[in-house]
Amino acid sequence: MKLSHLKVGETGTIVAFTDLDMSVKLMEMGCLPGEVVEVERFAPLGDPMAIRVAGYQLCLRKSEADVIIIQ
Amino acid sequence: MDIKVALVGNPNTGKSTLFNRLTGLNQKIGNFPGITVDKKTGFTRLDATRGAEIIDLPGTYSLYPKSKDESIVFQVLADKKNNSHPDVIVLVADASNLKRNMLLYSQVADLGIPMVLALNMVDLSAKQGIEVDVDKLAEKLGIQVVPISARNNTGIDQLKQAVANTNKIATQNLEVDVNFLAPEAINAIKRHINADNDYYALQVLHQHEHLTFFTDQQQVEIEEIEQSHGFESAKVQAAETIARYKHLSTILSDVITDKGTAKKFSFSDKLDGILTHKVWGLAIFLLILFIIFNAIFAWSSYPMDLIESTFGWITAYGHEHLPAGMLTDLLLDGVIAGLGGIFVFIPQIAILFAFISILEDTGYMARVTFMMDKIMSKVGLNGKSVVPMIGGLACAVPSIMAARNIENWKDRMITIMVTPLISCSARLPVYILIISLIVPQETVFGIFSKQGLALMIMYLVGVIAAVAVAWVMKFIIKTKERSYFIMELPIYRMPRWKNVLYTMYEKSKTFVFEAGKVIIAISIILWVMASFGPGNRFEKIDQKYAAALADTARNTTHIETLVATEKLENSYVGILGHFIEPAIRPLGYDWKIGIGLITSFAAREAFVGTMATIYSVDGGDEDSVTIRERMAASVNSKTGLPVYTFATGISLMLFYAFAMQCMSTVAIVYRETKGWKWPVIQLVYMTAMAYVAALVAYQLLK
Repeated sequence: MKLSHLKVGETGTIVAFTDLDMSVKLMEMGCLPGEVVEVERFAPLGDPMAIRVAGYQLCLRKSEADVIIIQ
Repeated sequence: MDIKVALVGNPNTGKSTLFNRLTGLNQKIGNFPGITVDKKTGFTRLDATRGAEIIDLPGTYSLYPKSKDESIVFQVLADKKNNSHPDVIVLVADASNLKRNMLLYSQVADLGIPMVLALNMVDLSAKQGIEVDVDKLAEKLGIQVVPISARNNTGIDQLKQAVANTNKIATQNLEVDVNFLAPEAINAIKRHINADNDYYALQVLHQHEHLTFFTDQQQVEIEEIEQSHGFESAKVQAAETIARYKHLSTILSDVITDKGTAKKFSFSDKLDGILTHKVWGLAIFLLILFIIFNAIFAWSSYPMDLIESTFGWITAYGHEHLPAGMLTDLLLDGVIAGLGGIFVFIPQIAILFAFISILEDTGYMARVTFMMDKIMSKVGLNGKSVVPMIGGLACAVPSIMAARNIENWKDRMITIMVTPLISCSARLPVYILIISLIVPQETVFGIFSKQGLALMIMYLVGVIAAVAVAWVMKFIIKTKERSYFIMELPIYRMPRWKNVLYTMYEKSKTFVFEAGKVIIAISIILWVMASFGPGNRFEKIDQKYAAALADTARNTTHIETLVATEKLENSYVGILGHFIEPAIRPLGYDWKIGIGLITSFAAREAFVGTMATIYSVDGGDEDSVTIRERMAASVNSKTGLPVYTFATGISLMLFYAFAMQCMSTVAIVYRETKGWKWPVIQLVYMTAMAYVAALVAYQLLK
């Protein structure tokens, strides 16, 4: 399942990435395989989204969240 | 001897606050040679005998840069010959979010430069229930670790002491032995560039294309090594990041104790619930924009009037007391007038940046970006473009400076390119004058003034043009940088008022010194062109009116104005006005408007003043009723028809809406993009757009 498909308040564990370049940036920001992420909110127009990961709030576009596969 | 200390850290870790604490106002902004990135340096005393030059490097999450600003960090740390290369690195880390912050530590540490770790915001993390065992951490890392709170000014002296005590030889333990990631390639590079550090060699493999200190020959050779060993940059980087986080987990596992995860974000979360709410979030944002706009417009008018009248007074006083002559005129009407034109922007710059700095400090700016990104990214802009574009309603100069907050190069360039299309306050006097000439003082449906509606339409035209141009540029401007929107949303905090003051001071100073040079130069050129004419034309005019002026019984004010007008017509600027007349006739303008267009290049407001001089009326804005009457009465000498018809008026307003007639903006774009390429492109496209729009409007309406 893709991270972008989660609803507000739902959590998931990162298992893989579908885009290597993007995964490098995401991992630097603490989105590592095995980390638990929680969807905090979506922007008023539905994109981007804010997630809680590694103890802080990160926002990313849905297209970027698409590359994160969660469980 | 003074040592060089570099501050390195993630964004939002309080690095700038620490920098301000260490250096006070004793700081300056320069350039990193060859790269368009600001370099902030300052000086601090470490102890009685030793001082340190502090270099504030751009905030970054890793040594692998995502933007041009970030690329400077590795550039400086890698190149021992770079004059910013530090003797000691102070790595600033946010204690409340240590793991992510330590990734950068782990990378920097492996470069083998002496380091101190400053654990910032220890007070905040303690409140959140996170405790860091500083001694244990120091022992595990092999360096000094100093808990500080830059905001509350605690631990700063201990940090200075630690820097002073730092060994010349790096003591930190190797974080991750990266050799296993690409052993052959790393060893080949080490041999080739005679380096002994594995991680340095690995970084060279990754980003040598961006490193300016290698010669072309070296670049080719490094590229060959990369190719021949099948070095896969992204894969290796991913493996490295995973290895580093794994190592950090083991280091931090018994250093950090977290007791209060459950409720530590509740305040920020509640605030986010309101401030990024579908309805309330947007409403609050609009309200804040309104306050900022109003402040830039209304609050700044008092200091601006004061500055203008002060410079007016200096000029008048100088003319009375200095010996009359060309040098005096040049000094007063060229240099002093030019200086006045610069200083008058300071209030708007200071006010806009006070707001921006407060919004950033509190964490609200990140939310604005979050809310607006969807709309803005559709037209090639970025959530962060909102602030410069709103500020553009007041003045493009501080707004273009504010575009620096946009990390993505392409987004930033497009923002800079379109911001001057938003109708700024300098266009207002021009709009008002022309609308009063061509739009009758009537109301629609008995309530809306037609003139007010016309003014609003002009503002809308500017916004629509900016969005349209941004959308076009999205396809034209090419960049290798991929657009990311992976961004931290920092927790809400109170603004640091001292930082706000520093920002106001720093931005005003930068503007005065950097943009000022160009503005003064253009002012002097304009003055010379308006004050001299070819041959003996001026002397003839003087002779013509000498008798009338000598007659003390008559009031000579009117004659002096006649002399001034005739001289202006015969000056180089006037001749230029006649010269460009064929080009502007299709737009419905005569040579007098031509002069207005030329002097308006200095600043749009100059239009009203120039028209006043040309139509032989003393004074500026106050007399616009009389200028208006004279302009309304003026007829074309060839056709006998009125000059200011509806078609000419609309054409002229469209020209002012689109044309780049502001040397301060040109100067600031030059300064912000560090070259003439972008200001020239902007000047050309805006002028072309203005010409075409005015031409089409006039030809359709006449």
